[in-house]
Amino acid sequence: MIVVKNLHKTFDNEIEVLKGVDQHIKPGEKVVIVGPSGSGKSTFLRCLNLLEQPTQGEIWFDGQLINAKNVDIDKIRARMGMVFQHFNLFSHKTVLQNITLAPIKLKLLSPEEANNNALQLLRRVGLEDKADAYPSQISGGQKQRIAIVRSLAMNPKVMLFDEPTSALDPEMVGEVLDVMKELADSGMTMAVVTHEMGFAREIATRVLFMDDGKILEEAPPKEFFSNPKNPRLKEFLSKII
Amino acid sequence: MSFIVKFINNFADSFSEKFYQNLISENRWQLVIKGLLITLEVTFFAVLLGIAIGFVIAIIRSTYDTTLKPGILLRILNGISKVYLTVVRGTPVIIQLLIVYFVIFASVDVNKVVAAVIAFGINSGAYVAEIVRSGIMSVDKGQLEAGRSLGLNYFQTMTTIILPQALKNILPALGNEFIVLLKETSVSGYIALMDLTKAADTIRSRTYEAFFPLLTAAFVYLILVMILSAGVTRLERWLRKSDRR
Repeated sequence: MIVVKNLHKTFDNEIEVLKGVDQHIKPGEKVVIVGPSGSGKSTFLRCLNLLEQPTQGEIWFDGQLINAKNVDIDKIRARMGMVFQHFNLFSHKTVLQNITLAPIKLKLLSPEEANNNALQLLRRVGLEDKADAYPSQISGGQKQRIAIVRSLAMNPKVMLFDEPTSALDPEMVGEVLDVMKELADSGMTMAVVTHEMGFAREIATRVLFMDDGKILEEAPPKEFFSNPKNPRLKEFLSKII
Repeated sequence: MSFIVKFINNFADSFSEKFYQNLISENRWQLVIKGLLITLEVTFFAVLLGIAIGFVIAIIRSTYDTTLKPGILLRILNGISKVYLTVVRGTPVIIQLLIVYFVIFASVDVNKVVAAVIAFGINSGAYVAEIVRSGIMSVDKGQLEAGRSLGLNYFQTMTTIILPQALKNILPALGNEFIVLLKETSVSGYIALMDLTKAADTIRSRTYEAFFPLLTAAFVYLILVMILSAGVTRLERWLRKSDRR
């Protein structure tokens, strides 16, 4: 579904964050990306929907080279959901408006359909009573569940999660992970950057270890955690577990 | 002490007479009302023009600032905007008004109100542009990313997500700019436009009495500004409804 070939990213300050990443994410896969901070895992994820423009390399989505010229990236992004560390809910809109804004604006659904769809999604995450609340009135965990639902309202083919629980109070991490687990069980293709090793162990079909702009190891979670081969991964795991 | 008492007595004695002389006789109050209407007319349309120019310039400037590799069109537009801001903010508004009326419209018979609206609108646009740009920059960049990641294009994200939040943040500064603009129109007399100030000054020159006409004008401006600030405060409260906790 997503094929990445020889991806390089250098920022304005001449720092090379990605030094040649190759990856193939297949439909239905749940790929979890772990690694120390500054390893380039968030940049990698943000390159997948071109929030960061790759310096070099190819990104294919559904058989289309998306970082070519003359590609309507907005059309591509509409089919790729993204969840951010800091939620990024639209603070001047109610919860319901947050969810319905894009589908209505892009004329994918009529306002009525969008409302019904949004309420159904809110029910799914148990937040239908917050439909008319503003983001400033709800908790971090609730905000992130809404942010997930907002992406789902676009009916995406793949969901990207950029450290979705890192900005949450510990007691709120669980409720967000539960929503993500349910989403994984429903068959959604997911790429998740996270520090939640328990989530990786339980949900991932494949875990990637990134350090210094490269993928140093990838394996199914069982093997990844019980039998790491790369010395830097061994060191990383020994520090966090 | 006796001087003060004398002054107060004189003042009280002549108050009604002066009032009559300066505002009632020869229907001079009509002059004030007409001046007020001109002031309001000029201010209202100049504010609209200023907002239109200001938003366009602000969007051009902040788009240029956030684009990694700006295209040639964007670079030209940004260049024009910068020149405009420098020139307008670097020269006095009276000079701008005189240039618009006596230079730009020199050979055209243009309505003075139109000339004033254009001059004050262009002037205000520069200040509005910088206020709006600061508002756009005050919105977290995650908002833009969230909008774009949902498939909205830059323009849609700007108009539905960034600008409404920016507007909320800049409303006090914007309200202040419009208050300044209202008072700035008092130099319209330089192109012989009979605005409120010019009307008061005209009465003064007829009656040789400065106190009443000038204080009347000052009082009217004060009331206008108070109404304007009350309006801005209400608007602010309304826009802040999403901040309730």
